[in-house]
Amino acid sequence: MTFAVPANLESQLDELVTHYPQKRSASLMLLHALQEHFGYISRDAVEWTARKLGLQPINVYELVTFYPMFRQEPLGKTHIKVCRTLSCALAGSGELRTHFCSKLGLDAHKHAAQTTPDGKFTVEFVECLADCGNAPVVLLNEDLLPKVTPAQADEILTKGKAK
Amino acid sequence: MPQEHRLILKHADQPGYTPDLECYLRHGGYDALKKVLALAPKDLPDGKKMSPQEQVREDVKASGLRGRGGAGFSAGIKWSLVDRRSGKPIYLICNADESEPGTFKDRQIIHKDPHQLIEGMILSCWANDVKLAYLYIRGEMPQGAKLLNKALDEARAKNFLGKNILGSGFDLEIHLHRGAGAYICGEETGLIESLEGKRAYPRIKPPYFPAVLGLYMCPTIVNNVETLCHVKHIVSMGPGEYAKLGTPNNTGTRIVSLSGDVKRPGYFEIEVGKVTIGELINDPAFGGGLRDGRKLKAIIPGGSSSKILKAGETFKLNRKGADGQMTKVEVPLLDLPYDFDSLMGAGTMSGSGAIIVLDDTRDIVEALANLAEFYAHESCGQCTPCREGALWMSKALHRMTHGEGRKADADYLLHIAQNIQGRTICAFGEAAAWPVLSFVKKFKEDFEAKGAADEAKAAAAKH
Repeated sequence: MTFAVPANLESQLDELVTHYPQKRSASLMLLHALQEHFGYISRDAVEWTARKLGLQPINVYELVTFYPMFRQEPLGKTHIKVCRTLSCALAGSGELRTHFCSKLGLDAHKHAAQTTPDGKFTVEFVECLADCGNAPVVLLNEDLLPKVTPAQADEILTKGKAK
Repeated sequence: MPQEHRLILKHADQPGYTPDLECYLRHGGYDALKKVLALAPKDLPDGKKMSPQEQVREDVKASGLRGRGGAGFSAGIKWSLVDRRSGKPIYLICNADESEPGTFKDRQIIHKDPHQLIEGMILSCWANDVKLAYLYIRGEMPQGAKLLNKALDEARAKNFLGKNILGSGFDLEIHLHRGAGAYICGEETGLIESLEGKRAYPRIKPPYFPAVLGLYMCPTIVNNVETLCHVKHIVSMGPGEYAKLGTPNNTGTRIVSLSGDVKRPGYFEIEVGKVTIGELINDPAFGGGLRDGRKLKAIIPGGSSSKILKAGETFKLNRKGADGQMTKVEVPLLDLPYDFDSLMGAGTMSGSGAIIVLDDTRDIVEALANLAEFYAHESCGQCTPCREGALWMSKALHRMTHGEGRKADADYLLHIAQNIQGRTICAFGEAAAWPVLSFVKKFKEDFEAKGAADEAKAAAAKH
């Protein structure tokens, strides 16, 4: 499969580049847009971004490896980010994550993002999502869910399986 | 009866209040902008004139506003340090990278009243001759980013942004920039590097003070979301009226994020210093107390980086008596007014305004292990003491919470933490060290007992 950025996306990205006096500043925004479109940041995407911004590929690659939100492999369709940090931990986010992992056959002791073999789910333990008053919170794709109970967790899984 | 005083969040939770421009305009939105654009130069006694922009800068200084992001530094002084003679453009960046564990106040503003933030930004840009500004929002707030982009579009359509704003001759553009999940981007020079498209490695100060050598090596102002919203209210109310809110040197209101072991976690906007920590935790208007049958063990008073306070502690604070003389007064933990100076007096800080409450069912070693893991994960890796030390501390605490503790671990942790603080480029070193230093010093018996118990168990298993 060859790497191709659709023309309408490319024109949106060109517009983003104009937001900055120096092109390099646009790299995070371009990577976000490419990840949204392709699902992850491939080597091709790194090289494309570097060409677009007049950079060396390493200048872009070092961002992909530094910023935790960028992925180098495809993720599950349903991406479950469970908050790990203190207020959520006090409200049982560790147990919630174990619940997700055990239902999906994933390793509950592994910290990093894990994707189910069928590609439907990714479960990840992440740092503070800044909604501590509603602990435990889950960022489900783009939606932040407050006070998530095991029953709601099961609902997320049922919906995700049907996707 | 202590109660909330809602200034920033006045409308945010009212039924029917929506984040769109029309609603904001119906509630007096952008009136403060119109007010400053109509200001005339002021005649000074020495015959000179003070520009309208300078007047607003002086007003912000006179209001006593202190930054709501964490450091509590005077916003007016921060602005006054900007190099205005360099001939380079001046940039303003709104720090919306809210990620200090325990903090969820900026989220409320972004999601419920985005135009208030944008108006605060426009006013601050106008006052500082800024023509190009950025709103740096953390990557994990995708909905917030969409809302802000929509609000920026609406503001552009009404010419609150763009060329020749409302016919005033003032041009300003604000662009949204998304982070991608790194806590260190909340540190202002790390944020600037990130906005330049690099890894968020904080810059060394001196020489890289943002006010002189910030974004693209130009003078730059970085202000927190809530701080910028206050600018709007200082303009609307006037600095005198604004400074009547709160307490001397701790003026205005601030939004407190309350989480952990209370019945009613949530956000509460208070006059700074008019409500005590005890009231925030126990009053029915605020946290509503601990769960039934639980007792207070400790509180983390200003985001996870602030030093922990132990239940029953008392502090000696400076208080001005009726005769104007400063005297030392003994204040119990729960009677500490929630403000910048009292918490500093108690050896900690009000930081980002986030209180995390721990009750007596909590294992203090587990709680610290959780935070240590956060700092180990979030260290940017630039400075050796922080990169290695944060990980060592986290590994030691992981051992301690997995049955392999040692009695000597308490001192080991203190030793590492003491060798991080003060030896790093940015304040992240302190942020990682302070929880360890304060938890271990104040709860040393818990740490030693846990380590000793594990050692005894291991010794018994050998025989």
